[in-house]
Formats: sequence, structure tokens, C-alpha cells
Amino acid sequence: MNQTLTEQIISHAVGHPVRPGDLVIVRPDVAMGHDSLTPSIIEIMRDQLGVADVKDPDQIVLAIDHVAPATSVDTANMQSTIRTFAKEQGIRLFDAGRGIAHQVLVEEGIATPGRIVVGSDSHSCGYGSVGAFGSGFGSTDIALVWATGQIWLRVPETLRVLVTGRFRPGVDVKDLALKLCRDLTIEGATYDSIEYHGLDWLDLPGRQTLASMAVELGAKAGIVPPAGLPADRFEVPDWLYVDPGAHYYRTVTVDLDTLEPQVAKPNSVDAVVDLSEVEGTEVSVVFIGTCTNGRYQDLRDAANFLRGRRISPNVRMMVTPASSQEMERAAADDTLATLLQAGAVIGSAGCGPCMGRHQGTLSDEDVCLSTGNRNFRGRMGSPKSRIYLASPLVAAATALTGRISDPRDGMERS
Amino acid sequence: MTRVWKFGANVDTDQIVPGRYAPYLRPKEDLGRAAFIEARPEFAENAQPGDVIVADRNFGCGSSREYAPLALKKRGVAAIVAPSFARIFYRNSINLGIPLFVSDEIAEVAADGDEVALDLPAGRISLGEQTYDLPELPRFTQDIIDAGGIVNFVRANGRFPG
Repeated sequence: MNQTLTEQIISHAVGHPVRPGDLVIVRPDVAMGHDSLTPSIIEIMRDQLGVADVKDPDQIVLAIDHVAPATSVDTANMQSTIRTFAKEQGIRLFDAGRGIAHQVLVEEGIATPGRIVVGSDSHSCGYGSVGAFGSGFGSTDIALVWATGQIWLRVPETLRVLVTGRFRPGVDVKDLALKLCRDLTIEGATYDSIEYHGLDWLDLPGRQTLASMAVELGAKAGIVPPAGLPADRFEVPDWLYVDPGAHYYRTVTVDLDTLEPQVAKPNSVDAVVDLSEVEGTEVSVVFIGTCTNGRYQDLRDAANFLRGRRISPNVRMMVTPASSQEMERAAADDTLATLLQAGAVIGSAGCGPCMGRHQGTLSDEDVCLSTGNRNFRGRMGSPKSRIYLASPLVAAATALTGRISDPRDGMERS
Repeated sequence: MTRVWKFGANVDTDQIVPGRYAPYLRPKEDLGRAAFIEARPEFAENAQPGDVIVADRNFGCGSSREYAPLALKKRGVAAIVAPSFARIFYRNSINLGIPLFVSDEIAEVAADGDEVALDLPAGRISLGEQTYDLPELPRFTQDIIDAGGIVNFVRANGRFPG
């Protein structure tokens, strides 16, 4: 039976072939809980379901990444609850400072090709970067996995993104992710799984950027086939492969040879235009980080651009590495030092200002250019603030001038 | 009387409950009061139990934060009708026992402030003078709604619906 990667993974998990539209009950390989929802997951499992202990501690991973370290007595107490629960139940916990769950689970080899990884954060689709079926769920679904080991899934249709060509200088994978938001819209892949083809040459960080934004199209999952360079790092099960006979209900193509730097305007991830349309817009904050763009390579791109230069006095620049490992890499060469010398503030590894809970919350007056994944009104702080989304290169160029700027101009100068 | 609160397309979870109002950050606050607190303060002030939300496409897009639909439930929202819903929000709402109805027609005709009467067992909704049939829910979904949420279903039956 010819199947997409998603259909192969779910079929393998349930032990028989499935088709789109089937409702199945599966045992996910991993059920991740993050700090924002874990207290409510524990409450639902214990107080509402009446289940004291998790079914299988080895299936569960906890991360404290959203408000990390804690910012108030209330959040500190909530995080204590998570630590106590992890100890009692024998569950792996990645505590504040280790980094964003979606980065750490890949680093730790917990998310791997062919696995089903569900998580309480919507960007759990990022596990598709390594060829896993990753998907985000709410507290009740995750509580049910912890209590029963199982979750119900509707097998999604698969939408194929076919990528041709190569990025031109100054254009990167974030521009591709934003172009897909532009072409498909914020609901263009609702309930679907996305399979990205033509990217066997793309490195792992690039795949993580792309897969992380699948949910921005409404998708349930976004999978980059585990072929090419990053596949060397992971064992790919022999049953998991791109089947030429698989059925994709829709194919959209993007030609990288003609792709321009893209920017999402406030307040929607699909309000995307070519950078030239918003060039010159004044900003007061630049943020580089998140599960979409907080890796070493993202910081390196920005540092290379800013080396020997100082950011605009009208801008505050926040840089939040995605994990302690990524931060260590950036500290081992001159990446972090270069960013500091340029005037950046370095935050603790984690989600940072992305969801407006700590570290650089936006004021009424702020206009932010972020490398994150969402620009909804009020997401990063005041509902009066405005958020643009772009690549780390555009972020660096913008920090330099205080206005949305094309990195290709700076690259020609240097 | 109960009324319709009409919303546009792509209402995201940050509008439903801003991240800064997460129970995780404000455990002592009444979550129901935080519903649409910034995006539509008159809802936060005046919504009554039994009110119905009718929206345009892709209601609930964005985060997995289940406290978004939970805030609407705590506020007493009796049903949400839209031409389409975001995936995680749809699951979360059904899991919490909030009836969601996918309907182009009702979303088109409903006006903000319409007096509304919802008859779930009969599958009907009245908007002002007009009455419409609600689309039938899939069996799986109906079983969860009937149980008052998936937690109740699993507790009562020792298994998932279906």
C-alpha cells in the first residue's frame, strides 16, 4: 500500500495500514509536557481522571522552557510542582536553562525518525524536522496519554510542498517558511500533515525552522523526509521512506531561485510580503530566538552580519539561544561576544520573549521584528505593540539601522 | 436573554486569552474573566452563561493552550459556530465538552447581538425570528459532548470513545 510518511508512521504505530480520515487510538512514543501546561495536565490526570500515577514514565518528558527561570513566586511554585512530580514519577525533566523542548528532544535523541511525539506545546510539529510525526495537543489530551499511555488521532490528509532551486545569498529557510504562510494562508493546511520534498540538501537547523512553522498553516504535523545530510545522525527505520506512489491531495511548489526575503506584518503570520514592501519601517526591538530561529546557526548568521558594528541606539536587541548546547557553541567561538559587542542583550536559553511572559515584554509603544513564529496581537506583551516576523539575517540588518532593512545591502558592503 | 457574540476570521488563542493571563502566571484569577479581556473587553464584561459565539473561518488558531477554550467554558459559552476551526482548538473544545458546529450558513446569517436560543437535543438554533438546523456532530464527538467531556467519558467507560 502506497503511503505518505505520516500514514507510514501511524500505520506502524497501530500495527495495520491506515488511510486519511481513519480514527485510531495509538500509543505515542513520547508525550512531552512543558511548564505552561504541565501543572494543569497533572491536575486533570489526578483530580479529574482520578489517576495517581502515570502509565509509563519512560514515555514522558518534561521541560521548563516557557518561563525559565521563574519570574514570580507563583511561577516558581508551579515549577516546584513540576519538579516534585517528575521526581515522584521517575520522569525525565529538562529544567530551566537547558532550553526549548523542541530543540532539546532532538539533541537528546528522544525525537527520532518514525516516532510519534506529542507535546503540550503547539510547536511540537517541529519534531517533523527529523522525520518524526510531531504534533501539539492541549492539557486534556496529554493528561490522557500520561494516564492511559494512549491518544486518539484522526489520520490526516497529506499536503506536499515541493521545493526547487537553492537560496540566493541573504535569503534563508525562514523566508521559505514565511513564503508558505503567504501562499497557503494561516488555515491552508488545517488538519493536514505537510511533507516537504526537494530538501535533501537542507541541514538539520533549517529543517527545524521549517517544521516548527507547520502549525502556522494550521497543520497537524510537518515532516521533512529523513533523507540527506541530517539522516546520517539518526537511524531511519527501513519502513520509513518517500514512496513515489503515495497520494498527496495537493502539491504546492516554491522556487528558491526567485525567492526574496519575506516579512510577516502585524498581526497575522500570513500577512507576508516581500521585504521591499516594508523596508524602512522603524522598529524599537529586535528579537532573535525561539524554537523557529534560536539555534547556533541563526546566532552565527546575525553575528557575521554585525561583526565590528554597533546596533542602532534606537533599538534594543534580545538574543535568546534555543538551548544550553546551542549557547555553548555560540560561546565557544566569537558568536556571543560579537553579538554582545554589537549591543545585544543575551537571555537565558529557552523560549524567551516569544509569548510575552518574561524577558523583554513589549510596551505599548514597541514595534518588534522577531525571528519567532507568531505575531498575533499582544503575543509578546502589550496589545498595542506590533510584531513583524523575519529571518535572523533580516533581524541583524534591522538592528543595525533601527529600520526594517535588507541584509543583502549590508552583505555587499562588507 | 442570551445573545450572539459575532467574531471575524482567524480569531487566535492570544485574543481569546492573552499569554500573560495564563493560569500558570495568575493562578488566583478567575479565568472566565480573562476571556477576550483585551481583544473584546465588552465580552469580558458582559458575556452571560448561555451566550453563543459565532465566528468566521479558522476560529481558535495558534497555541495549544487549553485554557483558551476553558475560559470560554467557564464563562458559560454554550456553543461556538464557525465555517472552520483551528485543529488544536477544535480538539481542546470537544475534549472539554464545548459543542462546536461547523456551518457556513449560520455564520453568514448570525448578527452580533442577535437573541439566541440553543436547543442542543433537538439540534436547532434560533437567531432572532429565524430557526436553523445545527449540523449533526460526528458520533465520536457527540459521545464526548454527551458525557460532558472526554475525561468524563474515559472515567465512565474505562476507554476512549469510538
